Order: sequence, then C-alpha cells, then structure tokens
Amino acid sequence: MSMLKTGVAYKMAIMTYLEAIRSAMSEEMERDENVFVLGEDVGKGGVMNATKGMRDRFGERRVLDTPLAESAIVGVAIGAAMVGKKPIAEIQFADFIFPAANQIISEAAKIRYRSNNDWQCPIVIRAPYGATGGGGLYHSQCPEAVFFGTPGLKIVAPSSAYDAKGLLKAALRDGDPVLFFEHKKCYLYVSDEVPDEDYTVPIGKAAVKREGDDITVISYGMTVHHVLKAAEEVQKEGISAHVLDLRTLQPLDVPAILEAAAKTGKVMIVHEDNKTGGVGAEVAAIISEHKLYELDVPIMRLCAPDVPAVGMAPTLEKFYLPNADKVRDAMRLLAEM
Amino acid sequence: MASQTVTKHRQIGLTDEQVLEMYTIMLKARRYDERALLIQRSGKTAFHISGIGQETAQVAAAFALQKQHDYFCPYYRDYGVVLSAGMTLHELMLLSFVKAEDVNAGRQMPAHFSHRKHHIVTGSSPVSTQVLHAVGIALSAVMDQEDRVAFTSFGEGSSNQGDVHEAFNFAGVFKLPVIFMCENNQYAISIPAHRQVAGRVVDRAAGYGFPGVRVDGNDPLEVYQAVKEARERAVRGAGPTLIEAMLYRISPHSTADDDMIYRTKEEVEYHKEQDGIQKFRAYLLECGVLDEELDRSVNEEVMRELNEATKYADKAPYPSPEDALKHVYAEDGGGI
Repeated sequence: MSMLKTGVAYKMAIMTYLEAIRSAMSEEMERDENVFVLGEDVGKGGVMNATKGMRDRFGERRVLDTPLAESAIVGVAIGAAMVGKKPIAEIQFADFIFPAANQIISEAAKIRYRSNNDWQCPIVIRAPYGATGGGGLYHSQCPEAVFFGTPGLKIVAPSSAYDAKGLLKAALRDGDPVLFFEHKKCYLYVSDEVPDEDYTVPIGKAAVKREGDDITVISYGMTVHHVLKAAEEVQKEGISAHVLDLRTLQPLDVPAILEAAAKTGKVMIVHEDNKTGGVGAEVAAIISEHKLYELDVPIMRLCAPDVPAVGMAPTLEKFYLPNADKVRDAMRLLAEM
Repeated sequence: MASQTVTKHRQIGLTDEQVLEMYTIMLKARRYDERALLIQRSGKTAFHISGIGQETAQVAAAFALQKQHDYFCPYYRDYGVVLSAGMTLHELMLLSFVKAEDVNAGRQMPAHFSHRKHHIVTGSSPVSTQVLHAVGIALSAVMDQEDRVAFTSFGEGSSNQGDVHEAFNFAGVFKLPVIFMCENNQYAISIPAHRQVAGRVVDRAAGYGFPGVRVDGNDPLEVYQAVKEARERAVRGAGPTLIEAMLYRISPHSTADDDMIYRTKEEVEYHKEQDGIQKFRAYLLECGVLDEELDRSVNEEVMRELNEATKYADKAPYPSPEDALKHVYAEDGGGI
C-alpha cells in the first residue's frame, strides 16, 4: 500500500480507505495492549488485506486466526471484552454476519442494559459490506438495516479514509459495541488526506461534505461519492446541492439531519441498501416529524430496489446499484419539483 | 462403615467445613426454589424457573473452582452455582421480585444471573450464548497468562445449539482453560433426552479433541472431583473438559409448564427418592460432619435467612418507571 502514499504533505498523508483502517488498528494495538483482532484468515492479512503485515508486527495471539464460525468470532470477542479486552472481530464479508446476529443483538447490544451497568461489552465488529463488482448475492450485501434500530449498538459507516481511521479509533475507545461497516468499494477507490498525529472522529456526528442552497442530499458510505460526483455535474446546470454524510448510522445525528433538510426544503436520501426498511426510511421519518412544514416537496429516496440482493451478471448489478448518473437524474428531478 | 468411605471428601481435598458449607448452600438453593414457587403461585411474582434436583452438581462444581478468580457463565437453573460463587438469598429474592435493588435492577426475568464482583457473567434467555462467552474469557486468561478458568453450564437440550459446538471447537483448537458442564436433567421442556440428543452429550467432546466425563450429578463428591481435575487440566494448558452431570429435573420446566402432559407422577416420584441432597445429608451424618442437632440449626438458619430475604424483597420498591431509559450506553461514552 505504501506506493499509494503519493503527495505526502506536512503532517498529512494521502492514504487509501483500506490503509486508514489498517493504520487505525495498528496504532490502537500499539497504544493499548488489550486491543486485538480476531477473525477468519486475519493472520495472512485477511481476504481484503485489512490486517496485512499485522501478524508480523503484533504476533499470532493478537492477530488471531479463528475457526470458520462467525457466531464464535463474535461470541468469543464478547467474552473477552467483558473481562477487559478490546477485541476487533472481523467478519470476512458482511454477508456472513448473520450466524453472529444472535450474539450481536441478544448479547452485545443488551449486556450493559440487562445488567444495570454492571457489565459492559466494548467490542468492535468490522464488516466489509457493499458491492464491488462481481460479488453476486453473497459478497455484496448491505446488512446495516438488520442491526439498525437495535438500541445498545452503535453503527458507523464511513465514506472517507479520514473518517474511517478516526471513527475506527473512536470505536476502539468506546465503552459499547460498535458495528463498523466498511464499504469494500471504498477500500482502494477512495484516498484522502489523513493526519499523521493521533485523532478521532466522534461517533454520532454527521459531516457536511458540500454546501449548497437548492437541494439537500443525505447519504453514507460509497454512495456519498456518487452523490458528490453528481453534485459537481448538476452544479454546471445551476443546481446547488447540499450534501450530508451521515458517517454514523446509530445514533443518527438528528440535529445535523434537520439542519441540512431545513436548509433547502428539498431532500433526497441515497443509499446502496434496498429501500424498504432502510436507514433512509428512518431519516425521512425524523425529518417528517420535525420539519414537515419546512419542506417544499415530498422527501425522495434513491436506493437499491427491493430485491433480495445484487445479481451477479454485470447488467443485473448495474441495474441494482445507485451510481452518479442515477443520482444526477434524481437531483434534476428534485430541483425541478 | 469403613473409614475409607466415610472420609471420601477428605481424600479428594475437601475439608469438613467445606462439605458442611456445600450442604448448607444446597439447602439454600432448595429452600429458595420452593419459596420462589410459592410466591409465584400466590401471585406476587410473575415467574419462576426451578433447579430442584440439580443443586448437588451445581454446588459441587462451583466448589471446585476459585471464587472471585475463576469466571462463572451459568445457565438459568444454576441457583447452586451462583450461591456458591457468592450471591446471597437476599440478592436472589430481589431478583425474583424484580425490585430496584436487584443486581439487574428489575430488568431481567428471575434466574437471569449477573454479579460482576463475584465473576458471575450476565446471562440471557436465548440458550447457550454464554458458552461462547466462557471461551472468550478463557482466551483472555491465556493472553494475559493468568491462571484462571472459565466455567460454563447448559442443559442437554441447549447442547444442540450451534454456539455450543462452535465453542467446543474454538476451545479445542486453542486448548483454552474452560470447563463445559452439561446438566443433563433429562428434559428440554417437554422433550425427553432420547428424543433431544443423538448419541451421548459426553461423547461429543471426543469429536473436538478433548476429554468428556460423565458423572452422577446426584453425587457431589464425584462432580467435585471431575471439575477439580478439569480445572487442573485447564490451568496447566491441557485445554477444555466436558463434564456431563446426569440429573433429573424434578420440577416442571417453569411455572408456565404442566409436566403431567408429557411425563408421569410415578416417574417424578421415583427421581425424588434419588435426591442428591438427602444422600449427601446421609453421608455427612454417617461420617460425623453432621448430627441431627447441627442439621436442625443449619436448616433453621437457612430458613431465617430466607424469611428475611423474602420479607425484604417483598417490601422493597420497584425501579422508577423512567429508569427504563438508563444504561443503554455508557454515560460518558466509555472513554477507555
């Protein structure tokens, strides 16, 4: 990855999203000996290369190759976390997180609450999600909505290298379980400036990615990049888009959502997960509850269709996924309403 | 009576004081259980789930472990385990009455144990999730090179859950210091063991490369010895052990169950006669650790403590309604 470190600025480095995740883990493991990573094939670097080189640096106990059993990865991490460890449980693909859903939803999310604050469960579950091209139904899913609305869990989904590193560090210093959804398309596609010094990005804070006056677009993860690209295009046509990146899905940054919505009165929500029951539905409900009379037009959602998951053939995948062209067309429609 | 028989507990490393304490805790568990049922039937509490018939194995297992050092991941019938680990009748009654002072502050159903000070790990209702937690605790002990073990228990029905098999395999691969104890009480709600488990639970250990030991759960000295050996194996790095304690669930599954739909009164009566507590009492009388007078005073003391605990918990206030909103997350964000 070091060859991608071009244009090193003073105390800043251009880093890929994937490198940012690896450097966050490595720095936290240096900082706190209780931090360790466990998962399938993490020793060799993981199938995504997220932990590449880390076993050589930290040893096989702290970069622990586990048997192929997701409930065990999370359940064992929970046990270790309850007695003082800070495990990073890597799920190889987010599509395979469901065997661990009982441990995440019935256990991790409820341990503090059910014990009246006597026990805590500070685990981080890293789940590579989203479509990258050719992943088909089971290497492309966006399962965040399954866990969304489970109080006790925090859910983050960064779109930039800066946020990925800062949010992962924040997650590892948090006292509660954090589901860290890292978009696989962002791994190498996204590079941006990351400070050399230690920093965190607070969980629960959205970020305005672009100021605008005509329409508001709210998104997270890979689709933020489609939205920003589309915003550049419609700018040429005189449409000024305000773009909010949620960054954290749970808890949602309600003040930032309301402020962004009220700014233009025309709101579109974009995500790669399918529409029904997605995070966008909750964002729309929050805006409707608090800012209905400041809206000029109905809230629009641009999401994947309600089919089980992404088809393998390129035609099916292209049809399924949001992209900059689809976002641009929807932005024009919203601006004209 | 031959002296070899009457001093069996000393031969396996238990003092007279310890076996007397074990007997006392078995009585506490039994009397608590009977009282909690009565209270539920009187309408004062919503629910009770019984461990009657399993106390001997529970107490014996816990006595082979180190209190506030080893970790306990019990299941919902383990009154004998948690009382041995340090919980009191006072605390158990507050849990039954779901009052504000309860360790869970009235949030959980009765028998959902938790007590961090005593290393009793918080449990839930989906069965067997705790088995993986025990493995994680054992992993942590190895990483920190501590000489502690994690003990976890579950029923024979729960032994079918994937989490149990994932836990066995994980612990077997890394030779972790964990003790798995299946309390085979012959019924998973209404399903008898032969319709619930293919083969024998104890034999499953072989599939994961570690020893399995089947013991008579009504014989506390046998259980104690098995768990003690398992602990020794664990701390010397030899890995996990599965212990299957053969028992019988005397009570219905819970206060919401009518067991006469699926078993006979005669069957239950037969097993009542095999009661491990009575057998242990006979043993203690036989070897002179106990006499009728001491037995009477031990029983009176247990009843006194139970009565006080019941009275207190009954009168104690419920949590404030708005307490429902507390402790979803760390108040300060954790800040580790």
